[in-house]
Amino acid sequence: MAKKPISFTHNGRETAVFAESGSNLLDMLRRVVGDLSPKYGCGQGTCGSCTVLIDGEPHLSCLTLAETVEGRNVETTGGLQRGPDLHPLQKAFMEGFSAQCGYCTPGMLMAAKALLDRNPRPTREEVIEAISGNLCRCTGYEPIVDAIMAASGQVSGRVA
Amino acid sequence: MSSIEFRKDLFADERDDNLNEIGKPTIRQDILGHVTGRSPFYDDHLFDGLLHMRCVRSPHHHARIRSIDFSAAQRMPGVVRIVEAKDVPHNLNTLLSLLNFGRDDEPLIAPKKVAYIGEPVLAIIAETERQARDAIAAVRVDWEVLPHVLDVVEALKPGAPSVNEVYPNNTFDYGPYDHQKLRFGDVERAFQEADHIVEGEYQMSPIEQAPMETAGAIAAPETNDRYVCYTSTQALFFSLGTTAKLMNMASSRLHFVGGTVGGGFGGKVDSIVEPMSVLGAMLTGRPVKFMWDREEEMQVGAPRGAERWRIKDGIARDGRIIARSFTGFFDAGAYIRLSSYAVQKGVGHLPGPYSIPNVAANVFMVFTNRTPATAMRGFGITGVDFAIECHMDKGAETVGMDPIEFRILNAYRDGDMKAHRRTAKNTALIESCQVAASKAGWRIAPDYAQMSSLVGGGVGDRAAIPETVTDRIGLIGERRRAEMPTEPYAGSSERGRVPAGTANEAIGAAAPQREDMQIDLARMGIRKPSAQPQPPQQQPHYQPASPVPPRPIPSATPPSAAASFTPAPPRSPAPPQQPAEPAASQPTPPQSQPASQPAGQPQPYQPERPFQRGVTRPGVSRFISGTRRR
Amino acid sequence: MAIHKGRGFACINYPIGMNLGGDPSQALVHSTPDGKFMVSLSSIDLGQGMKSVTRQIAAETLGVPVADVYVDTADSDTGPHCMGSFASRGTHRVGNAVIRAATEARKQLLEAAAEELEVNPADLETDGKGNIQVRGAPSRSISVADTAIAAQFKQGRTLSGRGIFLIPPSGVDPDTGEMTPVSCFAHAALIVDLEVDDETGEVEVKEINSAYELGRALNPKLVEQQLIGGAWMGVSHALYETTEPYYPAREHGPVDFNSYLMPGPGEIVPHNIAVLERPAEDAPFGGKGPGEMCANPVIPAIANAVYNAVGVRCDMLPITPERVLRGIRENGGARPQGRR
Repeated sequence: MAKKPISFTHNGRETAVFAESGSNLLDMLRRVVGDLSPKYGCGQGTCGSCTVLIDGEPHLSCLTLAETVEGRNVETTGGLQRGPDLHPLQKAFMEGFSAQCGYCTPGMLMAAKALLDRNPRPTREEVIEAISGNLCRCTGYEPIVDAIMAASGQVSGRVA
Repeated sequence: MSSIEFRKDLFADERDDNLNEIGKPTIRQDILGHVTGRSPFYDDHLFDGLLHMRCVRSPHHHARIRSIDFSAAQRMPGVVRIVEAKDVPHNLNTLLSLLNFGRDDEPLIAPKKVAYIGEPVLAIIAETERQARDAIAAVRVDWEVLPHVLDVVEALKPGAPSVNEVYPNNTFDYGPYDHQKLRFGDVERAFQEADHIVEGEYQMSPIEQAPMETAGAIAAPETNDRYVCYTSTQALFFSLGTTAKLMNMASSRLHFVGGTVGGGFGGKVDSIVEPMSVLGAMLTGRPVKFMWDREEEMQVGAPRGAERWRIKDGIARDGRIIARSFTGFFDAGAYIRLSSYAVQKGVGHLPGPYSIPNVAANVFMVFTNRTPATAMRGFGITGVDFAIECHMDKGAETVGMDPIEFRILNAYRDGDMKAHRRTAKNTALIESCQVAASKAGWRIAPDYAQMSSLVGGGVGDRAAIPETVTDRIGLIGERRRAEMPTEPYAGSSERGRVPAGTANEAIGAAAPQREDMQIDLARMGIRKPSAQPQPPQQQPHYQPASPVPPRPIPSATPPSAAASFTPAPPRSPAPPQQPAEPAASQPTPPQSQPASQPAGQPQPYQPERPFQRGVTRPGVSRFISGTRRR
Repeated sequence: MAIHKGRGFACINYPIGMNLGGDPSQALVHSTPDGKFMVSLSSIDLGQGMKSVTRQIAAETLGVPVADVYVDTADSDTGPHCMGSFASRGTHRVGNAVIRAATEARKQLLEAAAEELEVNPADLETDGKGNIQVRGAPSRSISVADTAIAAQFKQGRTLSGRGIFLIPPSGVDPDTGEMTPVSCFAHAALIVDLEVDDETGEVEVKEINSAYELGRALNPKLVEQQLIGGAWMGVSHALYETTEPYYPAREHGPVDFNSYLMPGPGEIVPHNIAVLERPAEDAPFGGKGPGEMCANPVIPAIANAVYNAVGVRCDMLPITPERVLRGIRENGGARPQGRR
């Protein structure tokens, strides 16, 4: 099978790989680049575990052809930190106990980042809309919504 | 939005909340890995030359394999190895054989016939997943379709297709019977004496565990002629042992790594992906990955099996349930997996957290031609609890009682005898009902708001094991010869009798093997109220209008002389027919104030906001915490 | 043509641990050169927090800060046997094994410190902050770190421990069903408030109020995670999920999340939880496991609430709009049962 060269920016680093023609971005990131942070949840585009940002927009990497990121900027959870410092979303998820098994977390974080990058003070409804393509089986979603609101500097209205 | 409060005031005299690390909201050890994407799930390990293994699966519920033609597949690009049933060193197993429970009934790769849609008959290992899928599609299987059965009741009838060759009657064997029995007391007589009979049938659907990570494993040859297997299993050594057995390999040659799993919920105990991947590594000498894709996780990976429950209650006029009878059907699918154990777990749970003097159950594990069932959150319990709690509401409606009061009236308490002949302890159903009611603003009568799990249990008949009526209906094989009813006692008039008080000892934990492994109990934060010097008994705030009434006793039964469980002696001797004084059998009531903390000790965990509830007002039960603010 | 409010109740108990016993777990605890402790397990963290709760249990038992303890799992080469994470057995069985292992390690630790301080080990206590001191004379103390160094490099002592926790297996009598299923039970009671649309049959859960009795909340946030997440799964189980929508016929079984439905973040139900703690005698610090029972009471409570709302008994799961509508039609219309 033919391998195509693909040059792109990966979490701020210039990268080039050879990937199978027709292979998907998720496999390319995980197996070829070695970035294991986006996850395989369904391969059908329905769970969001594979969410990455391409030029700032959330995409389902399991349904994205690897070759379509040529020349573009791909961001994954592995690149959220600034040096050793966690992104505010990562801190909020930690402090909010917003992950249990952690499998949906990378995708959730990317969807949330895409939202906050363009809308720094979203309403709760906008947060829900932004993560509505990301399934979680463990948390019941509420701690995740609360964490995203907290990361945006707004308290989400928890009562004791 | 949601809220959580910790009712430290309840059962405070049984706890010491002065612990250093226990009770603290410590940040999870693994959450930093989760939010950075670094937590190592089984697939988060890179292997050079990783191969992908996928299966040819049956499209039929039930069929014989006449032949498999994989010649075209074998020639396709990237195909490295075809794996047939005969390549599996020991191709028959059942999960619980590791515990000596059940006979081996399930092949890893079906050699001769398939018993459910999705059962694997061949595997193909290829360089990429896509090449494996393409090769699978090129395999031709010649099937001889067989009749199938999908309904649990149909499967029990004579002439139903036999699903499982090792259990040809479509039922699992429980001793000499084709179902698990529970017999406690005499439900037949109690039904005749009941004022109301309430019957219901409940059906639960099979559901998927649906973890976000599908089940999978990667196995690779390691150093020293061993195999390493990175796995999503929920039970590392279970999977290792199963793999060693199927591969006919010493367990010491297997190195299993896991521990970080993307959700399990019971669906990752079946230990299929590990033997498959290890087999692939053995046959190819390379790393091999075997996983369910999402479609397989939903329709091939084992679900929570459907359950059907019939419940019949006999209820006295005052609302006490005096008899409860169950007929249960676990739809196990084509192979045992863990369903055999689920039936016993379910039977041990009956009749629910209630003190009922006559209980009977017949619970069947039925084989059908569907995906084998396995554990799922609440395994063996969720289905029957759905049935029981729907049924309780019907009972409450029939006798005209409030649903919560009906529960509290029948609730089990410390010292009550349970239907599997063990004494209840550490109970808290009543308090849970009272607190939930108060949180929702659901008013219950002061009598019921005052009741306690520590009061009124273990007295008289509540603590006794009654004489029990037994039967020998449903021996293995009988049902295949002639249709038989499934309800307890139905189908024959012969009865046996087990004397009152017959029971074995409860089994407790094995003692620590060395003295210095015995934790100082004072450091465990558990106080046993009976071991403490007690302050003078406090008067309850509210005198109940009526004490906990005794169980209505079937008229012909004499007080059991041979009971091995002696009820707590009442303060004044009372014949069984009279209500016991509440104070006579009452252990020290829980104190209404939390135990005072020694000065200078760290405070117990406080909720984020000031604790608003749990304030006692005169004349109100200490268990009602005030009206919930809307 | 109305939305009907309904309220339903359910209460349950739940057996903690593998039914009939015979499910051991083991733990190994050892000290690093400078007095940090590693706990080796083969237990599995599915997300329920196994690594975190066993870490707190080990730290409490050893008497050291949790930051000085790390749990490593699961590797069959280095971790001792554990039966696995299922049947709500983790906290109870693994927790107890960790306590026993940590107790043995603590004994070594106190003996080593006693040798350094020249006192009787029985006179020593830990302050939970990394120090070992004489009871009543806290100025006579030595750090855990110094104790570990002295033990391992001067005295020739390991600070390690091993533990196993087992409830031996019980049989089941085939004639009476007698058995010892488990040694402790958790409890829950729960009230669901919901609305039923009698035109579409859709059920919307509006609020849950609950009480869960768990023995002891070893980590209140982990408990909260389980109870909130579990109740969500209960709603999903009651109203949406099925692998065979026409059970026992197998047609139209879902193969992706488009057809296998679960509630999303737009359907979050406010859940007001009260946690009760009645410690179980044989459980680690009294703690039982909430992992499985959190979904169970939700399901019948929803069925009971639907009956309260429209008078339809849903005895079959899931409670789909079709089933609700069929019931309403059979009854000749919605029959609300009255508010509580």
